[in-house]
Amino acid sequence: MNTPANEHPLLSVDELSVEFRTRNGVVTALHDVSLKVAKGEVLGVVGESGSGKSVTAYTILGLLDAAGRAAGGTARFDGMTLLGAPESDLRELRGREISMIFQNPRAALNPIRCVGHQIEDVLRRHAQATRQTAKAKAIEMLAKVRIVDPESRYHAYPFELSGGMCQRVMIAMALACNPRLLIADEPTTGLDVTTQKATMDLIAELTRERHMAVILITHDLGLAAAYCDRITVMQKGRVVESAPVSELFSRPSHPYTRKLVLASPGPDTELSDLTAVPDEMADRTDAAALTDVPRPRAHARSQPRPPVASGDVLLEVRDLVKVFPTRGGGLRLPWRKAAPADAGFRAVDGISFVLHRGESLGLVGESGCGKSTTSSIVTRLLDATAGEVILDGENISQYGAAKFARMPQRGKIQMVFQDAHDSLDPRYSARDAIAEPLFRLKGMTDAAAIVARVDALADMVGLPHEFLSRFPHQLSGGQKARVGIARAIAPEPLLLVLDEPTSALDVSVQAVVLQLLDRLKRELGMSYIFVSHDLNVVRLLCERVIVMNRGQIVESGDATEVLRAPKAEYTRSLIQAIPHFRHSPVSA
Amino acid sequence: MTQVPHSLSSLTSEGVAVRLEPWKRFGRHFLYVMSENPVTAGAFLLFFGIVVLAIFGPAIAPYDPLATNVSNALQPPSRAHPFGTDQLGRDILSRVIVATRLDLGIALSAVALSFVIGSVMGCSAGYWGGWTDRVVGRVTDTIMAFPLFVLAMGVVAALGNSVENIIYATAIINLPFYARVARAETSIRRNAGYVQAARLAGCGDVRILSTHIFPNILPPMMVQISLNMGWAILNAAGLSFIGLGVRPPDAEWGIMVAEGATYIVSGEWWMALFPGAALMLAVFCFNLLGDGLRDLVDPARRT
Repeated sequence: MNTPANEHPLLSVDELSVEFRTRNGVVTALHDVSLKVAKGEVLGVVGESGSGKSVTAYTILGLLDAAGRAAGGTARFDGMTLLGAPESDLRELRGREISMIFQNPRAALNPIRCVGHQIEDVLRRHAQATRQTAKAKAIEMLAKVRIVDPESRYHAYPFELSGGMCQRVMIAMALACNPRLLIADEPTTGLDVTTQKATMDLIAELTRERHMAVILITHDLGLAAAYCDRITVMQKGRVVESAPVSELFSRPSHPYTRKLVLASPGPDTELSDLTAVPDEMADRTDAAALTDVPRPRAHARSQPRPPVASGDVLLEVRDLVKVFPTRGGGLRLPWRKAAPADAGFRAVDGISFVLHRGESLGLVGESGCGKSTTSSIVTRLLDATAGEVILDGENISQYGAAKFARMPQRGKIQMVFQDAHDSLDPRYSARDAIAEPLFRLKGMTDAAAIVARVDALADMVGLPHEFLSRFPHQLSGGQKARVGIARAIAPEPLLLVLDEPTSALDVSVQAVVLQLLDRLKRELGMSYIFVSHDLNVVRLLCERVIVMNRGQIVESGDATEVLRAPKAEYTRSLIQAIPHFRHSPVSA
Repeated sequence: MTQVPHSLSSLTSEGVAVRLEPWKRFGRHFLYVMSENPVTAGAFLLFFGIVVLAIFGPAIAPYDPLATNVSNALQPPSRAHPFGTDQLGRDILSRVIVATRLDLGIALSAVALSFVIGSVMGCSAGYWGGWTDRVVGRVTDTIMAFPLFVLAMGVVAALGNSVENIIYATAIINLPFYARVARAETSIRRNAGYVQAARLAGCGDVRILSTHIFPNILPPMMVQISLNMGWAILNAAGLSFIGLGVRPPDAEWGIMVAEGATYIVSGEWWMALFPGAALMLAVFCFNLLGDGLRDLVDPARRT
């Protein structure tokens, strides 16, 4: 791809500004955004949530909703003006010349029509096929995106396909009319790493052979580094830097880019290498401030890791089995034969492990491997079919999940949820949410004592007190994550189960949360079970790791060792699928 | 649609409204919802008017609603009697005004009753599922299987002809709607993250239902309440129209329409028209209120 980007750009956006009307007045979502995409080039647009990446794409395609308005600037596609073009022209353009792949493939496909017909719709809308030839062409497209047995998949409905397959169908639809520009908006969010790799490889291969230009919108620097020629970094609606990949990572010129690069964990990063600036402080991190932030790197690294595994066993899990019945309950009538006990889906299939006091254990695997089910059983939110969970010398799996909720032992084991937003009651302020376990589990009744304790917990997780009176929708993602952590550590648990606590967060926020968790563990002497699909993140926080696949343990051992020299084939494929950029020392 | 509002909310989350006192914030939010939607504002104004009439009706009415004056019977609308007089010479305007309290009272108590019972039934069915769900489901199905007005007539006939029994009958036929909405909304939230978190915080099932799930299903329930209010008024008026419940000479819109109906053929249209119009306005007002109420009680819209 050595086409000079500025000679004959396929798409050029110049000083684009977009405004949204809201009840608090007009909000400018994009400020003078300029970008260029040459024919056959892959441009990565990288930024954190709210940076305006998707708004840019929607504006280019004329898909802004009614409240949004392009306030200034131009966007030209191969000489044609896009902004203010009549809707009928844009409709011709979309799908045929520029097409788009959306974030959530299952939501973007019509659930009540079979996928073959949906591909046909695109073909026939743009007169690329007639009624007679459409079916053959649709099947051909399905075969091109490597869907096995395309003739029968043609009749499949979206719910019958996995997430990865749905995304392939979306790619088939997007490429059906041979467009010249493909906009992929977070195409692999929510997909497993191995599926992500397969999907991205497919997009890269198909677009290369058609000599298509691609705009890849993503928050994942590693992904952008692996698949793009050039990267544009956006922050708060502005383009802060635009450079070829190699240059961007070796010499990031803008402080924000530097911050992003530093916050992304690579295979060799240590936790203390990540620059973490809480988002309330983010406004203060202008160019000067960031370089002035004293990096604790040097002395943190020399500090030895805390003594691990005092030998005292905190949690023991023995032969854990969870079977989900494949068919719903139904009436149990006397003449109906009871279903055999092992019929159904074995989500967890005979798992045993031991966790010592003060140790953290990573539980790694792809979706559906049983890691979340295991953590739900260990936290006693779910009843096991068979097996024992022994916490602190007591078999807690003997109590039903409903009964355990009101026992004093409940406070010994707590959990931080994957989706911080969903885990906070929208009608509870942050203070109420943190206070709830205090008076339910610790039996605190004195209002003043509770207020003091909540304030202390907020200090521990670094949440400024003025945020405590806010409701979840008034807090940012990182703040919500910290409220969730404060609530979990409120009853002073011995064991904290972390269910992908950072997967919904931006990288810089992820760095803040990871460092916070590491500090809390040292200060409070808790043990962690860290459930994640991201081996790089697990390695930062855990001494030991268990890799799971299909409800069974595939491999277990020291975290760094498993990552460096994986023994099982499955672990190897998992590690290879993680996209990352080489961490070259950043000259500050 | 999915991306744009998200990025927006993060831009505006530092808005000024956040730091105000709670009641002031609600007032500001109320004004915003009203200015955003003039129809809702109109409905709220009408609602306010109806409530004032219901509370102060007897004081506002120009004449005694029960005072007969045969020499002045069946007079068309005039300056002295803007809505005319009926066959016994009673002032229709006064009767329409005074009837507001009775009609609204019946509808309100019926809706309150079915809201409470229906929410309990629906929430438990949605939360526990299994047998609770089946029993609640069949009970509501059975109620729905009858033509509802006929069922209400049957209930009043069986329990006895009184105002209280009209309330019970109206409550029973409204029950399935609340139970269904509550069940559907609860079953969506039964496994939400904050419910799991509440379980971790040591809350039992009843506590989770009452302090976490129920407050969160209020917005859709509010819409249901508002729509049902209009329907309950219509139902109560309908029952008294056919001679059940309220008995003459009490002023009530349904009876007044029924009495006036016999005179329409002979040209005295005002007797049925004005109470009918009052009835229509009240029902119309409650139906319009629904969406505005939802916007008001939803915390996520209060930024």
